[in-house]
Amino acid sequence: MSGPPLVELRDVTKVYGQGESEVRALAGANLRIDDGEFVAVMGASGSGKSTCLNVVGCLDQPTSGAYLFRGVDVGALDLDQLALLRKHYLGFVFQSYNLLARTTAVENVELPLIYRGVSASERRARAMQALSDVGLESRAKHTPAELSGGQQQRVAIARAIVTAPQMLLADEPTGNLDSARKVDIMNLLVDLNRTRKITIVMVTHEPDMAEYTTRTVLFKDGVVESDSKPGAEDRTVVRSGSDQSKGLP
Amino acid sequence: MIWATILMAIREIRRNTMRSILTTLGIVIGVGSVIAMVTLGRGATAKITADIASMGTNLLIVMPGAERRGPTSGAASPLKLDDARAIEREVAAVSKVAPTSGRSALVVYGNKNYNTGVTGTTNEYFAVRGFTMALGQSFSDAQLQGGTPVCILGATVRKELFGPQDPIGATLRVGAVPCTVVGVLSSKGQSTFGSDQDDFIVMPLSAFHRRIAGNTDVNTIFVSAVSDKATTKAKEQISLLMRERRHLAAAQQDDFMVQDMKEISKTLGNVTGALTALLGAIAGVSLLVGGIGIMNIMLVSVTERTREIGLRLAIGARGSEVLLQFLIEAITLSTLGGAIGVLFGLGISLAATRALKLPFTVVPDIILIAFAFSATVGVAFGFLPARKASRLNPIAALRHE
Repeated sequence: MSGPPLVELRDVTKVYGQGESEVRALAGANLRIDDGEFVAVMGASGSGKSTCLNVVGCLDQPTSGAYLFRGVDVGALDLDQLALLRKHYLGFVFQSYNLLARTTAVENVELPLIYRGVSASERRARAMQALSDVGLESRAKHTPAELSGGQQQRVAIARAIVTAPQMLLADEPTGNLDSARKVDIMNLLVDLNRTRKITIVMVTHEPDMAEYTTRTVLFKDGVVESDSKPGAEDRTVVRSGSDQSKGLP
Repeated sequence: MIWATILMAIREIRRNTMRSILTTLGIVIGVGSVIAMVTLGRGATAKITADIASMGTNLLIVMPGAERRGPTSGAASPLKLDDARAIEREVAAVSKVAPTSGRSALVVYGNKNYNTGVTGTTNEYFAVRGFTMALGQSFSDAQLQGGTPVCILGATVRKELFGPQDPIGATLRVGAVPCTVVGVLSSKGQSTFGSDQDDFIVMPLSAFHRRIAGNTDVNTIFVSAVSDKATTKAKEQISLLMRERRHLAAAQQDDFMVQDMKEISKTLGNVTGALTALLGAIAGVSLLVGGIGIMNIMLVSVTERTREIGLRLAIGARGSEVLLQFLIEAITLSTLGGAIGVLFGLGISLAATRALKLPFTVVPDIILIAFAFSATVGVAFGFLPARKASRLNPIAALRHE
């Protein structure tokens, strides 16, 4: 696709707090993500990878520098406009699923559609479709407490894709799962990326998970330390296990 | 969108059934007690007004003696029959005048005796006081003028002395005077002040004067004004006339009084009205407390559901939509409580008015006010928690443990 890239970070900094407690979560990060990519964002704790995901996901705005989403300067938008961007273009998957308790799977999946003003009958139809896309149509009437962790994460993915977003942001989506479920979820994400052309940005600290992606970006001290692109086609994966353990206590 | 939000709020309320019921209870009790208090108060007012009306229509009562107590120069002289005639003749605003004189006496029939009041008066008395004849007839002109010892019984006296028997034509003794029963009055029941209005017998005034009192004094003159609106005017005119007849100098106070029953009824109505307002206001405080209960629960709910709020914000809900959702939850809780409270209050007041033998009247304005107030409580006390929810930072909210 020609035109502006989907995501472009230019010298983005993000500073939390003031004075002595000041934390520079991002310190001049540059990153460009094109349509159809499946990007793993890696890095040690405090490297800025989560902040990067928040900025890219329009949940947070840069302190300085520019974040262009499809050429639009996100830094110049107000909170409602950010919400509008998230509503129409983005989907989110979290480590802890964040499903509404005591609410059935299909109702959870319907939630984003409520904010889009979709009629009740169409909501139900689209939510059921999304659930069947993740292979859970038989569990539609179950509440999260009645589902396994892997199933809950698949419901969460259904919720993220029910709006047909352009980009899916996943924050450690496999972090709470055992290895067999991790594989399930990663295969599901790869499938969504390939068949639906949904761009996926996934924060993870597990190199195994990064292997499923088309590109790996490694953060260190608030900047991009290494990037497997250019050459995304050959699926070169930067192994960064040693860097990772350094940041942990 | 609004409708979907309301449905969402209802679902949320049902998810925490017990908590919702307890939260709502505050409002239920608040609205219920306001309605019960006001309905009871209005019932009491209505009863007092009706009771006073039952004493007679457009009734004025003229009695000797000064209205204000204090150092007065001796006892006031009694009224005379001529006073009553003069009022009837000279006061235009008056339609009927009934001079009365009375005392208590032992009434004996067969082996039964009963202590009651004896009133000597004219036939006008029945019209002025609103009595009708249940049995027999009122006095004939010959009986009234000739001082014939006949009497008409109040319903209570009839019951005490005759039970189910027909008393017409029977002779009883009033004190030492034998007296023939010619009629029985219909029952009026208790007066506002708790006395039995049927516990007396009536004789022609002339007979009473001659045979029982031994003088020609008149204790009380009952006067009926020509219309509802004429009572004030009639009162003024009677006062002027009586001052003249009793030869009072301009500086002297009245040594008689003219009571306007409508005025008394109005005064009593004002008192009960003020009491009703006071009780209603006290009950209103509990509505306020109920509102604080809702705020408390909504604040807890916002804290408890921080992650949910974060998620909603992340998937594209605007702050205003989150605000609306929590506000609608609070309003739904409070109006639900208000609706139940209305039914509860009506139930309580129905039971209470039955128990207190008061008339039960639904007061629609107070029901509307109480219900509207409960909705307002929802908005007022739901706003703070809702705003807190809408201002959460989505990132921090999503990480909230």
